[in-house]
Amino acid sequence: MRHLDTLESRSIHILREAYAAFPRLGMLWSIGKDSTVLLWLARKAFFGHVPFPLIHVDTSFKIPEMIAYRDRLVREWGLRLIVGRNEEALADGRTFPDGAVDRIACCRLLKTEAMRRTLAKGDGGEPFQAVIAGIRADEEGSRSKERVFSPRGRDNDWDVGDQPPEFWNQYKTDFAPGTHVRVHPLLDWTELNVWEYIAREGIPTVSLYYDQGAGTRYRSLGCAPCTAPIDSTAKTVAEIIAELSTGKLAGIAERSGRAQDKDDAGGLESLRRDGYM
Amino acid sequence: MRIAVTGHVDHGKSTVLGRLLADTGALPEGKLEQIRAYCERNARPFEYAFLLDALRDERAQGITIDVARVFFRSAKRHYAVYDTPGHVEFIRNMVTGASRADAALLVVDAAEGVRENTRRHATLLSMLGIRQVAVVVNKMDLLGYREEAHRAVAAALLEHLGRLGLQPTCCIPVAGREGEHLVRRTGLMPWYAGPTVLEALDAFAEARPAEELPFRMPVQDVYRFTAGGDDRRIVAGTVESGTARAGDEVVFHPSGKRARIRNLEAFPDAAMARLEAGGAGGFTLEPQIYVGRGEVAALAGQPAPATASRLRASLFWLGKRPLHRGRDYVLKLGTARVRARLEHLRHALDADTLEPREGAEELGRHEVGECVLALARPLAFDLDQLAPGTSRFVLVDDLEIAGGGIVLEGLPDAAPGKGAASRFGQRPTAVLLAGDPEDPDGPAAAEVAGALEDRGRAVHVPPTGPDPVRAAADASLLVSAGLVVLLPARSAAAALLAAEARARLGPAVRVAWQGAGEPPEGLGADVRIDPGDARGLVQAILDWTEPAHPDRPGPATGAPAPGSPVRPTRS
Repeated sequence: MRHLDTLESRSIHILREAYAAFPRLGMLWSIGKDSTVLLWLARKAFFGHVPFPLIHVDTSFKIPEMIAYRDRLVREWGLRLIVGRNEEALADGRTFPDGAVDRIACCRLLKTEAMRRTLAKGDGGEPFQAVIAGIRADEEGSRSKERVFSPRGRDNDWDVGDQPPEFWNQYKTDFAPGTHVRVHPLLDWTELNVWEYIAREGIPTVSLYYDQGAGTRYRSLGCAPCTAPIDSTAKTVAEIIAELSTGKLAGIAERSGRAQDKDDAGGLESLRRDGYM
Repeated sequence: MRIAVTGHVDHGKSTVLGRLLADTGALPEGKLEQIRAYCERNARPFEYAFLLDALRDERAQGITIDVARVFFRSAKRHYAVYDTPGHVEFIRNMVTGASRADAALLVVDAAEGVRENTRRHATLLSMLGIRQVAVVVNKMDLLGYREEAHRAVAAALLEHLGRLGLQPTCCIPVAGREGEHLVRRTGLMPWYAGPTVLEALDAFAEARPAEELPFRMPVQDVYRFTAGGDDRRIVAGTVESGTARAGDEVVFHPSGKRARIRNLEAFPDAAMARLEAGGAGGFTLEPQIYVGRGEVAALAGQPAPATASRLRASLFWLGKRPLHRGRDYVLKLGTARVRARLEHLRHALDADTLEPREGAEELGRHEVGECVLALARPLAFDLDQLAPGTSRFVLVDDLEIAGGGIVLEGLPDAAPGKGAASRFGQRPTAVLLAGDPEDPDGPAAAEVAGALEDRGRAVHVPPTGPDPVRAAADASLLVSAGLVVLLPARSAAAALLAAEARARLGPAVRVAWQGAGEPPEGLGADVRIDPGDARGLVQAILDWTEPAHPDRPGPATGAPAPGSPVRPTRS
């Protein structure tokens, strides 16, 4: 298991560098397995504490089990949580599928725009300078091109053609005022690594990842209207690992159940250029 | 294991890697079909490279812009592979990918032969410290799989690699698009008996754990989280090399402070037995002492890191603006940040041809060179063989990482010796009082000198003649004697005087600008002070000339002769 130790140490190093570089730092927590592993790593990095607020961008279409699980961990681990919502879009019914907009526009409004506003509002007045996000390079093409410390423009936009160099564990930590930074400690982790780590550390995960008897489970969690469960009878972490490494999922992409990836020929790239995770 | 795929643009890096992913079964079901459909829809021939070139602009232009991470496994182990761009415009992205790797593939087109970025990438691999390289001679199908074609390209590349001290593990002829010699071998090149690309990858040695090296942990932070009644004060960092246990005596550099490790802290377990190389950890100290981010923790009884405020270093430069004298940079090594200036450029080479550029005074974009850097305060470091993690640094120009370097040796401080520094209890410094030429009076240097003397400084204001070379030479002598020297420099020759003074005194030169507008190009002002603010000027000079902290060992520990390198000493 040496490989997991290496991944763990590198991620902790990055979390501590981010904490040293940015006084106004937050961490995105989607309630999914990746950002929960990130939360666990933060508790390791800071010896049982999480010295910055967690940010949950709540579209209001999240599956109810996710919210119950979120609130339980907030209580048990003593976390500080900021919930961000685009209340205007919700009130106007600009949502998918029963509202006035398509899938991609719904993502833009309820996730990208909600996050942009939450980050701008910040924690106690001043906007966040940086947020930590649990994206992985193996999820999707544009994420495979990400930097560990990735600067965004004033509107959270991503200039993929001109990213700063980073080498020898030295990241870009000097920024012009108004720049906003995404920090990505999990880029080198694969989906299988995440589950192996969850097994090794005994990290609690939301029940939707496991078959509850109906022969289906969620492999990737998003909003109820746009995330479909997969056929699987994996009931435990060990069974998920077996399924991913040698079983029926060994050759199928993780986000195959996420519809917004398919609506646009450029994959997630267009969404991500505008500030999506 | 982490692998970088490097080489000139269009030589087939992404194709080789895409095909390798397909042939090792690393692609999710339907991925190839998805790429095929994309190519049909856009009326383009099928390309394995599109598996890696995921960005819209990359596919539109048919080149890799930024480095992609992909994952696959062989029967032997897991791989993370960084596909780097081969266009000169994206060298910084190539460096980003290659620096993370344990080994590299250098791909060269058999038909086109060795090109400028083949050589540039090889030079940068050597600078980045990548010692294991396998050469992949691609597109053999275009040359009828002939042995002579392979031999000619291989010979040309081996010559360049030899000059860099790189010895490739093998030189593999392949046809990337066809998959020949990537994973399989169908006998198209019976004259080649060496390994396939996959076999060559499996033959790379794992990075040696750095546990037998001396203990080094750059301090990332000292945490004191009080929630829940936690009263631990934890020194946190990632161990670059060596191991440590509770009870070990730790020495922090460059401060020289010492304490014992009381407990190795961890979460969720309360303690751990041993902190080892590569691990991210932390410890409490007994007694509790004040240390902070930027120091390097080492163990007493082991070779200590060296400390110096002047460094001789190898450098490669990526910045849009060249590295030049008279400009302030920030040097980041481990977790330390210190202001740095180019004191002297020993030579500059083109990273492609390795030809030295005669009389170079600046290091341009994509050049490599050797230089002397002067730092604003002493820095703890190691030499590459002893502990690579504390021997490599980056230089930040304005806000951007613009270059990387490896410390070759520490040099003693320029003019003032330790004796001169202690004579007057101050840091001997030449201070240029620069301002607008139209305002020749300015704040009188004599007044400033008086205020400084009131605060205990030994100050001299030499009469200034018109010749800046002569003035700098005089100032240099006075600084060597331990004095603070004020040089009124309100003429157009101020920048020249500053350059001359720096050439002699390095970091012992400070420049205060008190003009109405912007300081002139090349002056390298350390501070801008309002023309009427005499108090601010005096305070800035007091800060600059504050003696080094008494318990901080001076860089001249062991009293090396001027010009001789500072070697690590035993603590």
